[in-house]
Parts: sequence; structure tokens; C-alpha cells
Amino acid sequence: MTDTLPGAAVPNPLDEAAINAAVEQAVAAIAAASTLEELKAARLAHTGEKSALSLANREIGGLLKDQKAAAGKLMGASRGRINKALADRTAELEAENDARILVEETVDVTAAPRRRRAGARHPLSTLQDRVADIFVGMGWEIAEGPEVESEWFNFDALNFKPDHPAREMQDTFFVEPPEAHLLMRTHTSPVQVRSMLEREVPIYVLCPGKVFRTDELDATHTPVFHQFEGLAIDKKLSMADLRGTLEHFARQMFGDEAQIRLRPNYFPFTEPSAELDIWHPGAKGGPRWIEWGGCGMVNPNVLRAAGIDPDVYSGFAFGMGIERTLMFRNEVGDMRDMIEGDVRFSEHFGMEI
Amino acid sequence: MADLVKVGFEEEAVHRPTDTLQGPIVVGQVLSLVKEPQSNGKTINWCQVRVVPEGQQQTLTGEGIDPSGVQGIICGAHNFVEGDKVVVTLPGAVLPGDFRISARKTYGHLSAGMIASVRELGIGDDHDGILVLSRIGLDPEIGTDAMELLGLYDQAAEINVTPDRGYAFSIRGVAREYAHATGTPFTDPASKVTAPAELSGGFDIKLNDDAPIYGNAGCDRFVARTVRGVDATKPTPPWMVSRLRLAGIRSISLPVDISNYVMLELGQPTHCYDLDTLTGGIVVRRAAQGEKITTLDDKERTLDAEDLLITDGSGAIGIAGVMGGAATEVSDATTNILVESAHFDEVSIARSRRRHKLPSEASKRFERGVDWYVAPVAAQRVVDLLVELAGGTADAEGTDVGTAPDSVTVDLPATFASERIGIDFTEEQILTSLRDLGADVRTTDDGYAVTAPSWRTDLETKEDLSEEIARLVGYDKIPATLPVAPPGRGLTRVQQQRRRLVQALADAGLTEVLAYPFVSKAANDTFGTPVAGADRKALKLANPISEEQGFLRTSILPGLIEVAKRNHSRGFRDLALYETGLVFLPGETLGTASIPPLGARPAEEVLDGLFDGVPDQPLHLAAVLTGHDSPAAPAHTPRAWDYADALDIARLAGDVLGVELVVSQGSHQAFHPGRAAQLALRTGEVIGYAGELHPKLLAAHDMPARSVALELNADALFEAAADVIVARPISGYPVATQDVALVVAADVPAGDVLEALREGAGDLLEEVSLFDVYAGKGIEDGKKSLAFNLRFRADDRTLTADEASAARDLAVAAAHERFGAVQR
Repeated sequence: MTDTLPGAAVPNPLDEAAINAAVEQAVAAIAAASTLEELKAARLAHTGEKSALSLANREIGGLLKDQKAAAGKLMGASRGRINKALADRTAELEAENDARILVEETVDVTAAPRRRRAGARHPLSTLQDRVADIFVGMGWEIAEGPEVESEWFNFDALNFKPDHPAREMQDTFFVEPPEAHLLMRTHTSPVQVRSMLEREVPIYVLCPGKVFRTDELDATHTPVFHQFEGLAIDKKLSMADLRGTLEHFARQMFGDEAQIRLRPNYFPFTEPSAELDIWHPGAKGGPRWIEWGGCGMVNPNVLRAAGIDPDVYSGFAFGMGIERTLMFRNEVGDMRDMIEGDVRFSEHFGMEI
Repeated sequence: MADLVKVGFEEEAVHRPTDTLQGPIVVGQVLSLVKEPQSNGKTINWCQVRVVPEGQQQTLTGEGIDPSGVQGIICGAHNFVEGDKVVVTLPGAVLPGDFRISARKTYGHLSAGMIASVRELGIGDDHDGILVLSRIGLDPEIGTDAMELLGLYDQAAEINVTPDRGYAFSIRGVAREYAHATGTPFTDPASKVTAPAELSGGFDIKLNDDAPIYGNAGCDRFVARTVRGVDATKPTPPWMVSRLRLAGIRSISLPVDISNYVMLELGQPTHCYDLDTLTGGIVVRRAAQGEKITTLDDKERTLDAEDLLITDGSGAIGIAGVMGGAATEVSDATTNILVESAHFDEVSIARSRRRHKLPSEASKRFERGVDWYVAPVAAQRVVDLLVELAGGTADAEGTDVGTAPDSVTVDLPATFASERIGIDFTEEQILTSLRDLGADVRTTDDGYAVTAPSWRTDLETKEDLSEEIARLVGYDKIPATLPVAPPGRGLTRVQQQRRRLVQALADAGLTEVLAYPFVSKAANDTFGTPVAGADRKALKLANPISEEQGFLRTSILPGLIEVAKRNHSRGFRDLALYETGLVFLPGETLGTASIPPLGARPAEEVLDGLFDGVPDQPLHLAAVLTGHDSPAAPAHTPRAWDYADALDIARLAGDVLGVELVVSQGSHQAFHPGRAAQLALRTGEVIGYAGELHPKLLAAHDMPARSVALELNADALFEAAADVIVARPISGYPVATQDVALVVAADVPAGDVLEALREGAGDLLEEVSLFDVYAGKGIEDGKKSLAFNLRFRADDRTLTADEASAARDLAVAAAHERFGAVQR
């Protein structure tokens, strides 16, 4: 670049070779600039007032008229070449600069803080919703009721005779004073009775909720647990309808391969009564039938308690434990995990089951 | 045995003595016994025991088995002598507790086996000494398999009998069920006993019930038989002891064992009295209130007027069907026995058993129903066994008093069972099933007339009969059809609101837990009411799991705090827990004095009474936050939860339901007196609190300082939510904003000033927010400066600066009027 320094020889604006040489020098200097600052220096050196080309341009004024046009054309082309080279190099260097800044801004994403807590539902609560959704999808309604109940709704209306052993087998929490006949419901069946009293037949309701029995907490028992009970009252319902409903439900819950089995059993509120087993192909220790709940055809005395004529209507009912369902569906080994509220338990499930 | 499941008997367990006991265990005879005193003061016996009949070869082989047929054995017990026949566990045998018998050197001899006690064999508790077979009436050949001899190859299946099937508490009942399940031919064991058709001239028995329960006589049959000259000390044969033991019944004495054995066989409890201890005849009657009896377990019991008693001239000698009395029980000295085989009312027995907490094998059966007709058969069977095994002589006379129950015939319409079950039963299936049960079935014009067998008192309706037909044909034959419910409504609004609320809190980063509703009185008194010292009205359980937690919660917080503490103890300090659940708020009315009978819809006013008597149980939402909002990380400082987080969550609950919560400075004993917010609805109804928990409370509960909490009545929120949200027009005109700084007394709540501004500004105000609070330099002591941003907008025009300023001035004027606010 030494020959572009001030005081260098000024090329003749008609000397194409000299001008071109100056242009080549300028273009080379522009290309050689590796930063925007160097580029600025090159621009000033080769296009500034003291640059060879500017000085040559100034010479045009002193030329003969017929020479001016030729010189002007030569000089114009020269400026054009240099400006293009400048613009191109500017764009290149700016892009490089931008890219470098982005590289410099790199963070270690694996060290990012977790600022927002991930919350979690209790899986029993999630499962309860899922069960409800399946029945809502079938056109059923969801019904709820109080946890402290009148003895009549919990027992008598459900055909538990006052002195029958079945009544005692419920291991009931009674509320003081005993003369008030209040207790903690031992099943969600009182909600079925309330539903029958409040609704017109036909009735298709599912009653999920908390129930209470005087069992000490251990790996398989808890004094507070959750159930869902279904009740259908309509004309001409049979045990085949009960089976079909349970089968449909089981397949929604456990997949198309799910199978159910009914075994004779006894409940005061159903006749016939059955125990419901579900085939669990993935059970720990090999595929087997697992006790899932109880069911049966609604005892006519229960219908009568709600003022429904058992000669016109029949119905079926079923009930399953939500804890039990979660235990074998999701392999929860210990009942206490569901009760104690250890955050690891719920957080492992998150919003799903 | 798994077959019984098909007919409704769940298998609980199989009991096999051979699971823990393995031979060779044989009968041996002690040939010689040498007493050898030891240096430790003990004397041991060095015995030669013959385990193979003399002159025969030992066929067993193995280490420690002497080919001579005589084993040398060391024994520490001293209750036997030379010549006694005993049970020898030979080397290779295994006893309960995985006790393996082998030949071993001890006390200077090679002891090759063991002379066993009943305890070592796992068949009794008696460890006074070894089992001498002659003392249990046995004189078997040497070398006999002792396990066979003692019935140890017997097995028992334990099944679960549902409470409607009293008859299945007997071999008679279960065998019939087994026949139903498998098709095996059934012979009724009752049919193998020959009882006289009539009894007379026997012991004087009177049934004298002057207070029947529900009109049913407490005793409607009493068969009494007498057997004389028995030897009550005779040993019970091993086969009977073994069977009793497998049924969970301990051998007591021969007469008692016979009574129990017959109960297991036929399902009829019987009782043996020492005839010579009875005074006069027997009267079955209700107790006098406060009358006393000493029962077989030697406890004196005070009787209730409802208790049914067996009495003689001396007074009460037994609580009928529950437990006999001590004074008349059979003893070793007994020679003459009176056998009672009676039928008692289920309810009467159940009540006495409950009242005296006396669950017995007898009461279990009577409560569930015993066959009225089997009483004389069972009595005869006891008599036969006493004669056979105890050497007695039966009197030909006997007593049989009472009244047979009316037999009930149920009409079963021809198609009823098919319609109810969903299987098209053939007539043959129906007839066969019912007749297999023992029922008498006649075909009628429109179906069947069915008389249930006497042992099936549970079969009272056509539904009951349908179940029996389905059960015997097989539940697995029931097809599956899916009924279609009428078009539904989906979840109700409240159900949707509850879901939204529960989900919103989880979405906001809280963890849902479900705590027990059992709390202490102190917890209710602290958390259940804002005012300290108040006695919170709460429901008390009559039979809580723990007396400490004997009340039902009036607040969710005590449970949440327990859960928080449990998590702390497990190393989790940063928590955000919430629960939605019912709380129990008893009002003036509590329950009902009586409850209506079953099987009929109560009158409307009775139903209303039942509904009204059930205490109020609103759904509450509560949360507890401890520690920090997030874990520490590079370039991130976790923030400690504070009162505003609790308030934020409460507001979120309101927001997701579209309900505005009115926040004001609150006062609740469980909260920090200066850092609690009272939450109310627009109507003024207070529905909860949020803020920092009281420092003393936190310290008392060993909770981290500055933990915060909230609780509110979710049902009240649901109710306050608008049914339909009416759209608000969106103005396209520009906003005009004005900031004002107001100086007020330091104790004036900013929220109240903001409310005054809102009301004063009028309709043009779109929004007002507090953006700064300042006290200090430039502000008078005892005052503070509140900076608000006011946004004005009109629906129909661009506001001029003057209009906005005028509205602002109105707002400031309202704040001035109410709180003396002065613009800075």
C-alpha cells in the first residue's frame, strides 16, 4: 500500500493501465481487511481525498474537453469496482461479526436452572377422573355424596338387616353420639340410594369417593380408601348387561385383551351377587385372576327403599376399590405409599397414571 | 378344592401338616432306659428303642438308621418307662421349624433319632414330656407309621363362607357344595344317623320366652338326651383330634371334643352338661336385668334383659347359643351327661354375642342360621359317639320340645330367572339346580313353586332362587350385553369446576396429597376457627383408630402439616402441597333419633329428616408451602416462599373459576398476626385465609420458619362463579394513562386506597394498579406514599387529556375523603 500513501505519484486519469493498477491495489487492500476497522482504513486510503484515485479524478478538470469524457468513463468504472468490493467485504465482515457474537453467547444448556416447579396430581385422584370419564363416555352420570352419612343410607336402605353379621363385617366408624345414627360411610353405596331417591328412572350413575373402615394402616389395608360404584336401573336389565358393562369398562381401563370373571358371592344389597375378577396378564409372578370388586343385581328391597317398583324395574350395581386398581394396574406394592403423601410418590406420576 | 370357588367359596388356604412334618416317624417301644446323671445336674436317659417288630428286618436305610431295628436315643424327658410305646422321629425326619433329625454325638453316645412330644410334632402345646401312646388309648404295632396313626396325612381346605350361608359352616354343607361344583355324588351325613322319630319321658325342658325379639321366639327347639356311665377321662381318638385341630379347634376332653366334632360334621352346635350338677329341670328364658353368670372361661358376666339363658333350679347355667356356664360343665369326674341340641333365634344370639364380646364357634353358626330339623340328628350323633368312645349307655328317653318353623314356598315365574340372569335356562336346568340344593319344586301354571330345604333359610325370594340356578349352572355361562344409557349430561358444572381447580394447582407446580380426615381436638380448635380459645364444634368418632386423632377435621391444614413434616423427615424441605377434601361442620341438628325400616321408601318428612341430620360437609382447598420455590442452580437463586405466594395460589383458585377474591388484612390464630389475608367473596362472605403460619405454631409443629399456607371453601367458590359470563365490548379507542402518588397514614391498607380510587374514578377507568410503596426521606413519619397507575379509556371516543385528568381527580378525591390521601 506504500504507493497509495500521500505524496505518491498521481496517475494520469487517461492512463488506463495506471488507473487499473490503482484500482487493483484498492480491491486487494479491501479484500485483505480482516475486520471492519481495517476495512474502514482501506476505504479511507483508497477512496479518501488524498488517495491516488481521488487525486487522479481531480485531474480530469484540467483535461481537454474531448479527453474529459474518456477519463470520466474510466474513473467512474473504477469507483464502481471499488464500491462493489467495499460493499461485498462489508457484508462478509458483518456476517462474520454477527456469527462470532452468537458463538460468544453460548451457554451450557445442561446447567440450566429449573425455575418452575413441576406439580403433580395424586394418582388416586387422576385414576378417579379417568374412571369417571369412561362412564361419562357411556352416557352415565357421576354422583357424589357426604362422607358422614345417616346409618339408614349406608345400611338399612341397602338391605342390611339390623342384626345381620354382614352389617358388622363392614367395620364401621360410628360418630358420637350413637343415638344420632351417623357414621362414616363404609362404601359409596349410600350415594346410589340418594341417586335413586333424587332421580327419575332410568338411572345410570357412577359414584366415586372416599370410604372408611376401621382397619389399621398396613401394606394392604387403610382405614380411608376410595371406591367407585356403578348403578343402573332400567326395564329388563339382566346380569348379562352387568357383565357387558364391566367387560367394556375393563377393556377401556386395561386394553382390548382384558377379561373378567364373575364368581358367586353375597352382598345384602344385590341378589344375585358376584365377585368380579380381572385377568392380569402382566401380574408380578405370572398371569392370574385378581379380585377387583363386587357386583350383582340390585336387591328388590333396595329398589323399594327408593320407591322404585321392583316388578317393573331391575338394576345392577358394582363397586371397585381405586387403591386396589392402582395397586395392580400400576404395580404399587405398598398401600402406605398412597397414604403417606411422600412427594416422590405423586411426583413420579405427574399428571398421568 | 379350587372347585369350590365356582359355587362361591373363596379359597383362603390349605392346611397340610406334611408341609412342615416329614417322616420317617414311627412307633417305637422303649426296650431299656438308663439314667445317666450329668455334671450340669441334669439327668438324661440313654434309651434303646425298638422301631421294627421283633424278628423283622429294618427296611429303611440311610445314615443313622440301625439295621438291627433298635435305635440308641438320648432323651431328656422323664415321663416314660421301659416298655412304653412312643413316637420316634428317625434320622432323616423333619419336624416343624425345619428341625432336621440326624444321628449325632451327645452326652457320650451316638443318639440316632428322637422320642417326640406333641409339641415337637406340631400337634399340641403340651411339652411336659414325650407322647406315650398308651395314654391316648393306643397300642399300635411297633414300626407303625406314626404320622398315619396320628392323622397327620389329613389335609384341610380353609374357605371363606359368606354371611348368608350358615349351612356351609359344616362338612354337611360344604360336601353338598362340592357335589354341586364337581358333580360328585352326595350323601348327606345326617342321613347316616338313626335318630328316634319321637322322644319322650326325658329331662324336663321348658321354653319360656316372654320377650321375643321381632316376635321370634329365642328358642324354638330344644332336644335333650342323656347318656350315663361315661368315662370322661378317656382319650379322644387321634383321628378326631387331628380333624378338630385342622378345623382350628383344640382338643379339650372327650365329651367336649365329641360335641365339637358333631358341630363340624352337621353344623349343629351342641352342649354337654354334667347331668349330676343340674338342679331340677331346664328353663330357657330371658335374663333378668343385672342377673349374673360365670361362663366356661371363668369370667363373671352381668346379663341384659335381652340375653337368652339356659337356666336350672340354681339359676343361669349358660348364655344360650353363646357360651355355657362353669358350674355345670363336664369334668373328668363326670359320669352322666345331658346333651343339649337346640335351635336359637339368629338375632337374639347375635346381640348376646356382641353384648358380651363372646364370639364362639356356636354363636357363629346360630347367628347365620342352623337347620331346625338337624337338632335331633346331631343329639343322636353325640349320644352315639359318647356310647362308642366314652363307654356310656344312652337312655331311651329323651326330650324334644319346640315348634317347627313354617315352611315358605316361593313362586318362581317360569321366565324370571332367565330374564334376571340373561341365560335362557331350560326347564331341566331349573328343576335340576333347585332339586340338587335339596329344594322341593313343583311346576305350576306359570312357573315353579319352590320350597327351600330346611338348612337354606336364606332362600326367601325369587331373586334368591335365580342366584342359585345361575350359581349351579355356572356364572361363566352368563353372556355379555352392553346396555345403552339414555343421552347424558356429562359432568355437572360443579364437577367440572372441581376438576379445573384441582388441576390448576397441580399445573401451578403444587403436589396433590390425600391425608386422613382424623385429627385431634387441639388441631380443630387451632385451625378450624379464627378465634383463639374457642371450642371448635366438631364430630367425634365413637371408635377411632387412635383416641389422639379422635375427631373429624374441620380444616384440611392439620393433615397437610403432618404430610409436610413426614416429607421433611425424609429429606424434602422445599414443598408445595395441596389437598382438596371434605371438612365436617356439625350444625344444630345431628342425625336422627331413629331410622326408618328397610325395604320401603320412607315418608317425605322422614327422608327430609335424614337429609337434614347429615352434617354440612363442604369441599375445602388447602395448601402448605415450606422452604423455597425451586432448587438452587448456577446463576439462579431460589426464592423463599412467602405470604404472597399463599395469597397468589388462593387468587389463582379464584381466577380459574372466574371468581374475584376480596383480600383484606386478616386475623386467624393459626396465622402470623401481621401476615394473614382474609379471603372473601364480593358478597362479603369470608371463605378462607392465606398467609404466613404463626411462628409459634410452626415452632410447636417443628416446621420450618416462614412456612405459608392457605385454606378456602371451594364449594363457596363454585357457587359464586357466574353461570354465564357476559362478554364485555372491546374499545378500539386509545388509552389515557395517569400516575398518581398518594400520601396516607402508614396503617392504611393499599388495597383499600386502590378500591377507593376505582370507585371514585367512574366508568372511564379501565384498570388501576399499585406500582410502588415508599416511606422515608421526604415523607412525614407515620405516613407512606402509594403510587398508582390509572388507565382510562372510553367506549365511544378518544379521551382528551382534560377528561382523563378530571377522572383522576375524582379518584383522588374519593381516596382523600376516605383515607385523607394527599397527592404528592
